Amino acid sequence: MKTWRLRFALFGIQSLPVVCALCVAALLATLIAILLGVSPGELLTLLASRFGAYAWGQVLFKATFLTFTGLSVALAFSAGLFNIGAEGQAVVGSLACALVGLAAASAPAPVALCLAIGAAFAGGALWGFVPGYLKARFGTHEVINTIMLNFVALAAVNFLVTRYLALPETVRTAEVPAALPRLDSLLPFMHGSAANTSLALALLAVIAAHYFLHHTAAGFALRAVGRGMRQAQVAGIHASRQIVLAFVLSGGIAGLVGTNFVLGYKHYYEDGFSGGIGFLGIAVALLARNEPLAVFPAALLFGFLSQAGLAVNSLLPREVVEILTGVILLVFIATERLRRTWSQGTRGRLAHPGEGRP
Amino acid sequence: MSGPVLLLAMLAQTLRISVPYALAACGGVCSERSGVVNIALEGILLNGAFFAVVGTHYSGSPYVGLLCAGAGGVATAALHALVTITARADQIVSGLAINILAFGLTRGGLRVLFKSASNSPRIPAPDPAYLDVLPGGRTPLGEVLYDPLFLLTILLLIATLWFLFRTGLGLALRTAGEHPEAAHSAGFSVPRLRWLGVLASGLLAGLGGAWLAFEQHSFTDQMSGGRGYIALAAMIVGKWHPLGAAAACLLFGAAETAQIRLQGSGVPTQFMQMLPFVLTILVLVVWVGRSVAPAAVGKPYDPEHGE
Repeated sequence: MKTWRLRFALFGIQSLPVVCALCVAALLATLIAILLGVSPGELLTLLASRFGAYAWGQVLFKATFLTFTGLSVALAFSAGLFNIGAEGQAVVGSLACALVGLAAASAPAPVALCLAIGAAFAGGALWGFVPGYLKARFGTHEVINTIMLNFVALAAVNFLVTRYLALPETVRTAEVPAALPRLDSLLPFMHGSAANTSLALALLAVIAAHYFLHHTAAGFALRAVGRGMRQAQVAGIHASRQIVLAFVLSGGIAGLVGTNFVLGYKHYYEDGFSGGIGFLGIAVALLARNEPLAVFPAALLFGFLSQAGLAVNSLLPREVVEILTGVILLVFIATERLRRTWSQGTRGRLAHPGEGRP
Repeated sequence: MSGPVLLLAMLAQTLRISVPYALAACGGVCSERSGVVNIALEGILLNGAFFAVVGTHYSGSPYVGLLCAGAGGVATAALHALVTITARADQIVSGLAINILAFGLTRGGLRVLFKSASNSPRIPAPDPAYLDVLPGGRTPLGEVLYDPLFLLTILLLIATLWFLFRTGLGLALRTAGEHPEAAHSAGFSVPRLRWLGVLASGLLAGLGGAWLAFEQHSFTDQMSGGRGYIALAAMIVGKWHPLGAAAACLLFGAAETAQIRLQGSGVPTQFMQMLPFVLTILVLVVWVGRSVAPAAVGKPYDPEHGE
């Protein structure tokens, strides 16, 4: 068989899980609509009519959150670590961002902004350090630890905010003067949407993570640990150091969620904003197959899904979005094994064109 | 309230809080002992509660609701089994996906069936007539101890214990989680054993959801509120053993009771909320090097490659 045909087949096989997942999701959405007595055509018309510049702005705003958490999960995955704790790290990072922003209120604006962004990263990194250290030092499983640390973070931050930091009768802090400009101040047609320049920061983080993982020795060491801990150790890589590093970076990126929420959107920290962004980050990282550059498109997809749910809320309950998200994930992971087996076969035939079917 | 009365009331409250934890944690033991990580407990609890309410609402009988909760739990668990055992996909992701799915399904269902985004209409809980006859049947403690679902919980705990540790099939199921190849060579089908473990977890956690619904006499949005994860914590603290898990559930239940009683007294309740989670992290550190978790838990069984 000709090489280009094999290459084409390989591409098809590689995209099989995503295509399957999206097709099943679309079918299911149609089925739900028909069951609830809504014609799919009507649904699409409503969806199209609601997707103006404002809605796209909201998609970008949501995608910014998911780019940070998705990138966080993807980076940890590259080192073979499962970070379910992005939500906790995002919450700690956001609180740190607001607190440093408040403390630096009298500093010149650019300085205060940089300090607040740094604090968001540092807060998340600190919360990421804990499961990293526990794994490296004691070998306890990061999945359990990060799940548990999410709840610890939510309770601890809730305690700090309600007891010491909140304005009377609210669950939010005072206003932080440092701010990232909204996108609608640069692009007036997006008027009213919450999208802001932290999106640029998210894209910068994506590029930095890509460069780090694929073009630096430290990134190579990290991925080597992800490939197989024993082999990496034989090659002279300290696995435990890489584990802590991966979790610190992963947590730090999740912490940057604070730049979107605190600096770009609300301009204060408010308790209870995080609902599920860590879990959605896992979905994003999976669909992006842990490639940093693919994280943003995957984040856009889930951001779009969430906004689409709001747009059609008058016809369908918007919870359909969660149902579809769950189904997309399930179909995706269920077809992953097929992809792996088939793509290995095709790769083998690409590498040894003379031989018959392996 | 006088001392002893208060103590009895607190004991009753602790038991009430512990029942759904114990059911879900015991379910977690069945699933994980067979080799399948079950983070879906949270979603199963939620679906169980929802189906209990739907069944009770439309039939008028809480016992039909109980059956529906069990069936809903088993159906949710079957999805987890299908994806993780039959399609051999990642168990953690599957669990998380099912939790998201259950959240959407129950909230969407609430809107479609009951035209509300927050709660269902009020439903009756099981209230057997024998409570009036039995001694102490109408005291706070009696109402828990004689509750049919409470009695069923105790029965199911004993049954799980007996099944896992006193029957050949139970031994095979545990082998599937420790050393699947051995179970395979002994002539058992590892996938079937794991299906059994996961479905059992669905039944148990589904009934746990029913308890939640009957406690509140309704379904409210996100009413599982992280209890599946607390059950997971209890399972770990209880060393993957039904009795240990049940003991941990009682401990967590007692902490929650204390937290409720302390509300408004100036003592920060958030520290009590953290207890199960912090304890789990610490306990795992203390057990370092001792293999307490089933050895093959989390690994898909692949007879050809012998993973």
